[in-house]
Amino acid sequence: MQLGQKAGLKPSKPMRDIFGEALLELARNNPKVVVLDGDLGNSTKAETVRQNFPERFFNLGIAESNLVGVGAGLASCGFIPFIVSFSSFLLCNAYDQIRLAIALSNINAKVVGSHGGITLGKDGPTQMGIEDLALVGGLPTFVILVPSDPTIMRKAVQAAAEHVGPVFLRSSRVAMPYIYPEDNCPFEIGKANVVREGDDVTIIGCGIMVATALDAAAMLAEEGIEARVVDMHTLRPMDVETIVAAARETGAIVTAEEHLLQGGMGSNIARVVAAHCPVPMRFVGLNDTYVESADPGDLLKKYHLTADDIAIAAREAVKAKVRV
Amino acid sequence: MTQNEIPDIQALREMARLIRLDILESTTRAGSGHPSSSWSATDILVALFFGSILRYRADDPWWPERDRFIMSKGHAAPLLYSVLSRAGYFPVEEQWRLRQIDSPVQGHPIQYCMPGVEATTGSLGQGLSIGLGHVLGGRLNRLDYRVYVLLGDGECQAGQVWEAAMAAAHFKADNLIAILDYNKYQETGPIAREMALEPLIEKWRAYGWHVEEVDGHDIPAIIEKLKAVQQLKGQPSIVIAHTIKGKGVSFVEADFTFHGRALTPEQAEKAREELLCS
Repeated sequence: MQLGQKAGLKPSKPMRDIFGEALLELARNNPKVVVLDGDLGNSTKAETVRQNFPERFFNLGIAESNLVGVGAGLASCGFIPFIVSFSSFLLCNAYDQIRLAIALSNINAKVVGSHGGITLGKDGPTQMGIEDLALVGGLPTFVILVPSDPTIMRKAVQAAAEHVGPVFLRSSRVAMPYIYPEDNCPFEIGKANVVREGDDVTIIGCGIMVATALDAAAMLAEEGIEARVVDMHTLRPMDVETIVAAARETGAIVTAEEHLLQGGMGSNIARVVAAHCPVPMRFVGLNDTYVESADPGDLLKKYHLTADDIAIAAREAVKAKVRV
Repeated sequence: MTQNEIPDIQALREMARLIRLDILESTTRAGSGHPSSSWSATDILVALFFGSILRYRADDPWWPERDRFIMSKGHAAPLLYSVLSRAGYFPVEEQWRLRQIDSPVQGHPIQYCMPGVEATTGSLGQGLSIGLGHVLGGRLNRLDYRVYVLLGDGECQAGQVWEAAMAAAHFKADNLIAILDYNKYQETGPIAREMALEPLIEKWRAYGWHVEEVDGHDIPAIIEKLKAVQQLKGQPSIVIAHTIKGKGVSFVEADFTFHGRALTPEQAEKAREELLCS
């Protein structure tokens, strides 16, 4: 499995490694940054901070509720806590703590859900965060960031620290290719990036599905369908303007996410499209199902999260457009 | 309030009476709330806020060096608002807006909703973790404040309390002091019948805590215990305060079903008379 191959994207390291590097750089530049670990620092790569700034790194053990509460207390003392563990463990074990102590309190804490989606692969569905975006989406006040490439991950970590208030950042075990130049890319919270121009259909993706969407767009181009591809790196606040422009200008929308369709990015985009500019839509994601332990590439194929699946959805969406 | 002032015990008892009357007034006006849970912990908070234990500046509520007080049993919010207002954090009349539309005086505490409200609580079990976060933050900021957390007894059934207890001992959080309002009743009945906590002292000790017990309505004794545990090094402390739910109003003390409801206007009148005569 190599994401972005058809689109000619340059491969990179696993996203968790990029996250670890970005977090370390942030901690180096900002003495207010502290890291709270749920005994998974070696997997999430938050341990980079432990090695360099041990006094600002706290392993709270396998106790996510307490982990989040302690983080909230540190935030209340003026620190910027990055609370890092697996996305599923944080949001499923400590949802009430994230809700009360962070979201409802509207405090300056950052929750990083690593190993989002199904591409953690062989450890299986108990560890996979496939509901995380729906769960955090149910918490008003949270900014939700889902980086799609190494450059934007670095930007997102920095932006999470700069934003005053609750932020959820999704990290991933899998390698994502470069969509943007290695040194810089446009990044503004709440402002989606158009990463490929096109007028026939728009594919809106987040996380790994942006590179996959670019692969699909390359395939579609061979058939004469020019797809616009949007990197929806921020799920909240949602960039209504870019979505509505895509609906108006391309007349059909496909969403693609490594998450359940129920309550995920696509359903929220559909709400915007329905209210502002209804056009045919198709949705790529997990449809009301858990998955299994397997190689990430095999999982993406079996559960229909590949460039082929996006291309099929795009053709259908184009076909469904009202002819004028 | 500084630690050097010697509290006048009679004045503290009068303050406790005043606060119990406030709780009666705010919950009766609101027509809901948890007066009995608030009354059981009243003397504890009087000792803490008016007995020269807690270091705070009511006119500078977020003074970085302040001792923290976290009301983990968030349903005792009426008590918290009364104490804060009587300590000068905000006008006493603000309490009467409890649970009203467009009022910041929320049914359960929301962090920063009023000056002095340190944490959002009400889903039980969360306060001790937040308190530990303040301890670790104080260490990094090189400040020597103490963190006091008032726990409910039913709340100690929540796993998060024990996660926090384990972590506090691990981090040798000797400036973390929990006070347990042990009134022996939870919402649906006696704790021993619904979900037993005993042996409680042994549980806290096994988690690495120093444990003291006190009569939770003996204000001088509470002050003495809180001063004693301030001196301990290397481990967190808990003061288990034996209390009576609804303390101060005889017919509420006698009926645990008052847990989650306000008194009727007639009951309130009777309660007011009792509190004024006690």
